[in-house]
Amino acid sequence: MKRDIILAGVGGQGIISIAAIIGTAALEQGLFLKQSEVHGMSQRGGNVQSNLRISDKEIASDLIPCGKADLIISVEPLEALRYLPFLSSDGWVITSTKPYINIPEYPEMDKVMDEIRKLPHYIALDADEIAKEIGTLKAANIVILGAASPFLDMQYEKLEDAIRFIFRKKGEDVIHKNLQALKAGKDFTERQMNS
Amino acid sequence: MQRLLLLGDEAIAQGALDAGLSGIYAYPGTPSTEITEFVQHSKQAKQDNIHSTWSANEKTAMESALGMSYAGKRSMVCMKHVGLNVAADPFVNSAITGANGGLIIVAADDPSMHSSQNEQDSRFFGKFAMVPVLEPLNQQEAYDMVHYGFDFSERYKIPIMLRITTRLAHSRAGVKRRDSRKKNDLKLPEDLRQFVLLPAIARKRYRNLLKAQDLFEQESETSSFNQYIDGPDKSLGIIVCGIAYNYLLENYPDRHVPHPVLKIGQYPLPKKMIERLYEECKEILVLEDGYPIVEESLKGLLGKGLKIKGRLDGTVPRDGELNPNIVAVSLGMKDTYGLPVPSLMVGRPPSLCSGCPHIDSFKALNEVLKVLPKGRVFSDIGCYTLGALKPYEAINSCVDMGASITMAKGAADAGLVPSVAVIGDSTFTHSGMTGLLDAVNDKSPITIFILDNGTTAMTGGQDSAAFGKIEDICKGMGVEEGHIHVLRPLKKFHEENVKIINEELTYPGVSVIIPRRECIVTIDKRVREKFKKTEAAE
Repeated sequence: MKRDIILAGVGGQGIISIAAIIGTAALEQGLFLKQSEVHGMSQRGGNVQSNLRISDKEIASDLIPCGKADLIISVEPLEALRYLPFLSSDGWVITSTKPYINIPEYPEMDKVMDEIRKLPHYIALDADEIAKEIGTLKAANIVILGAASPFLDMQYEKLEDAIRFIFRKKGEDVIHKNLQALKAGKDFTERQMNS
Repeated sequence: MQRLLLLGDEAIAQGALDAGLSGIYAYPGTPSTEITEFVQHSKQAKQDNIHSTWSANEKTAMESALGMSYAGKRSMVCMKHVGLNVAADPFVNSAITGANGGLIIVAADDPSMHSSQNEQDSRFFGKFAMVPVLEPLNQQEAYDMVHYGFDFSERYKIPIMLRITTRLAHSRAGVKRRDSRKKNDLKLPEDLRQFVLLPAIARKRYRNLLKAQDLFEQESETSSFNQYIDGPDKSLGIIVCGIAYNYLLENYPDRHVPHPVLKIGQYPLPKKMIERLYEECKEILVLEDGYPIVEESLKGLLGKGLKIKGRLDGTVPRDGELNPNIVAVSLGMKDTYGLPVPSLMVGRPPSLCSGCPHIDSFKALNEVLKVLPKGRVFSDIGCYTLGALKPYEAINSCVDMGASITMAKGAADAGLVPSVAVIGDSTFTHSGMTGLLDAVNDKSPITIFILDNGTTAMTGGQDSAAFGKIEDICKGMGVEEGHIHVLRPLKKFHEENVKIINEELTYPGVSVIIPRRECIVTIDKRVREKFKKTEAAE
């Protein structure tokens, strides 16, 4: 079993939290893990990315080779496209459709969505909208994680346990909302796959 | 013991704590910052009273670490690759004084310059100083090498360099801890002139260092960090240094490399192992995450003898970090590639945060300077370096820590008047003060902006050594009180600030302008901490 995952977004959008949840769940399942990240740019609106590698065998490189990523999980649509050279031929792209426009030359959104719709395997959802319905915009990243969960080859319950562990100091309400966000994302993907 | 998920940086810090560290010294610098931060936040370090406050710069950090070693205790000093340039004087001479308590210098290099001005390779410095260098291949080895390094340092009374790169420093993996070791007791050097480098003494000590090189080489031959892994296909022999080994293994499923591989984790190089590879193979490929140091020493100036492949002959790109794809191509394998990036893609570079005080400072400076020909703003290293980008385009130089003031002075000496320097508060106490003194003593007609946001921001908001001291330092250096102005970099004071800057630009002497407003990220952190504490109390 192996999953090579590129996590992408803009600083402050919570991709490190996604990595922490998947990582905690992976360790609970006794899997090997390597997670590399870009530091420092997060507060300054730059693009951020993390290489998350999970395997039942020892992992060599901290970096995922180009063309070998099983998943690109992105909380921002333009950022999902930035790492396409890493995607394997049967890899999936899971992305939010809500743009983060902090640069003057951000391309037109319909052109960005055209590029996403060209992809062989993708799930695109407005994670912000779904998070708002649950009652917390902050959980948009967890909605994306939920949408990606069917592709992780990991036990869903272990992801829930990881959320309970990571948010343990934030109180029952926060944990509950995040678990709902995770499920909402998963439900979205299941509806897409069944249609 | 259970496995912890640790960054390469954190593995080094935990390794030091478990190996009986008494003090860690550093100045923030990516990708080394997290080593010291880990110690600062560690309960274990607090209980054991481990010294871990930030130093003013890497030189003072190196010297303090050397002082702790003198006193018999284990110390560690951490820096990024260019930080080693600053610490070079004490570093090179510490090899000649030698150590007493174990001393490890951690150099965290940044090939591909993810957040640096260059990609210099610290192994060169290790060779230059003639100290052993340890280069881990992964987080576990980084942890283990700290224990080994401290023991080695005390056995041979020599400082040790531990060299990592960004991709290990900022990557997490499982690490198994060892049982902790007690800290050393205070114990002065047996020879109380060991550290006195008067020429008569230094010559003797230098000859000892030269003699010790053979011992270090023998250690490299038998070290478990250097491994000769034989393989049947001798058409190629491969030397891999540090993390390059991971990229090699990545390209062979089941980790079976058909060629003989020499994995290097400890320098000086194990000559006998290299000789064996050289004798048994038709060609050699050298993979190193940095300069072609090993490659060049094998190839020699004339490149005669066996074909040595690497960066120098184009098998591997001359610059930039290694990755699994580059290594695949160097082995003659097919490169793998996903889909192309769509043509609509645009860069999303970091920029100054919305509400940053530097924005107001640059706006005011730009307005004052718009009547003069451009090109006279010399700047420095920090968040404010982002002022070079649109829409401000406010600065014209960024070279090394403190260069803003001294380059402005040099340009003014050449006749470029007025010349302006823009420096941060932390950078100022790091290396700006001596430049200010030069300018004051020469009565240089420069205007120096010390952007005081009360922190070392770009690296994550560490404490600034300058806090609360800037005006007094300037006065103490001899800047006239009437030409030191503290401004409030806010929209509502823009006109007032522009007026003051205008006046000082015409003054034919040193002016210091201090726009002071707290970094908004630091404020945010402070408020959150306060909120957390209030929440916890309720």
